[in-house]
Amino acid sequence: MIAPNPIFDQIPNSWYLILSATLFILGVIGFLIKRNLVTVFMSIELMLNAVNLSFVTFAHQWHAVKGQIFVFFVMMVAAAEAAVGLAIIIAIYRARATLNVDQIDLMKL
Amino acid sequence: MWEITNLHQPTTKKPRVEKKRMHLVLFILFAGFCLAGAINLLLQTHPINSALSLIVVMSSLAVLYLLLGAEFLAAAQIIVYAGAVMVLFTFVVMLLNVGEEEKTHGSKIAKTLGFPAAVVILGVLATIALETQKALGSAPAAQVALGDSLTTTQDLSRVLFTDMLLPFEVTSVLILIAILGAVALARKEGHS
Repeated sequence: MIAPNPIFDQIPNSWYLILSATLFILGVIGFLIKRNLVTVFMSIELMLNAVNLSFVTFAHQWHAVKGQIFVFFVMMVAAAEAAVGLAIIIAIYRARATLNVDQIDLMKL
Repeated sequence: MWEITNLHQPTTKKPRVEKKRMHLVLFILFAGFCLAGAINLLLQTHPINSALSLIVVMSSLAVLYLLLGAEFLAAAQIIVYAGAVMVLFTFVVMLLNVGEEEKTHGSKIAKTLGFPAAVVILGVLATIALETQKALGSAPAAQVALGDSLTTTQDLSRVLFTDMLLPFEVTSVLILIAILGAVALARKEGHS
């Protein structure tokens, strides 16, 4: 038997939101400290996922189906963004032969 | 599985308690996987290891979506994110034969301002979440119980193909343009 404490009856929404915020901040930190272009891109995907989690939490809280549909759109746009972003990374690698972000400081190929 | 748990609801006390504990255990387990994967993504120096940790994060998030009653999104998360997008990532890592990350000092500003700012943002977000939780108190809207308010794929698609039909169709155009852009960008020069 877990609880006289009511917090164990159900999971509070805030736990999901705090998890989402933590994942987002880890994504931001990865974006700042990582020096490899591919890993920096992965950090961005992590941030997108963190935001999706808070969308789903709020959709559950207010019983709003549109919140989940928004997550669906975010997923589709993220998939398109990943395809284009990775194509850009391949183009950059062909031109520079490096993926170190410190050496990629010009838009011009 | 969901219907079954709903059918057997609280006529007796015991299954109810087990359900609560089940939810707590599942949440802690997969939230832990999420955080461990995200931290591992930061610690690993080889991109392929980071990509594998990101797959762990995305799969655990799919389980959390299922706990929140979003069954379609859980499946889409596995198929689209953990499947398609991460395969694309690992494919690019292998295609480019990316090696270990070179350690450079990075910028001073990122270290001195970035990390305190990140901690402050996390603190603010967590405080807001907890305060809102306190304001809502023990209202049903503030809690997540396992198996309540499941959004079925049917509910989701009904809204998607009536109210949100135009955005949905526009997204297909976006994906088409993205495919063309990706092919144009990744093509070897001199082949045109």
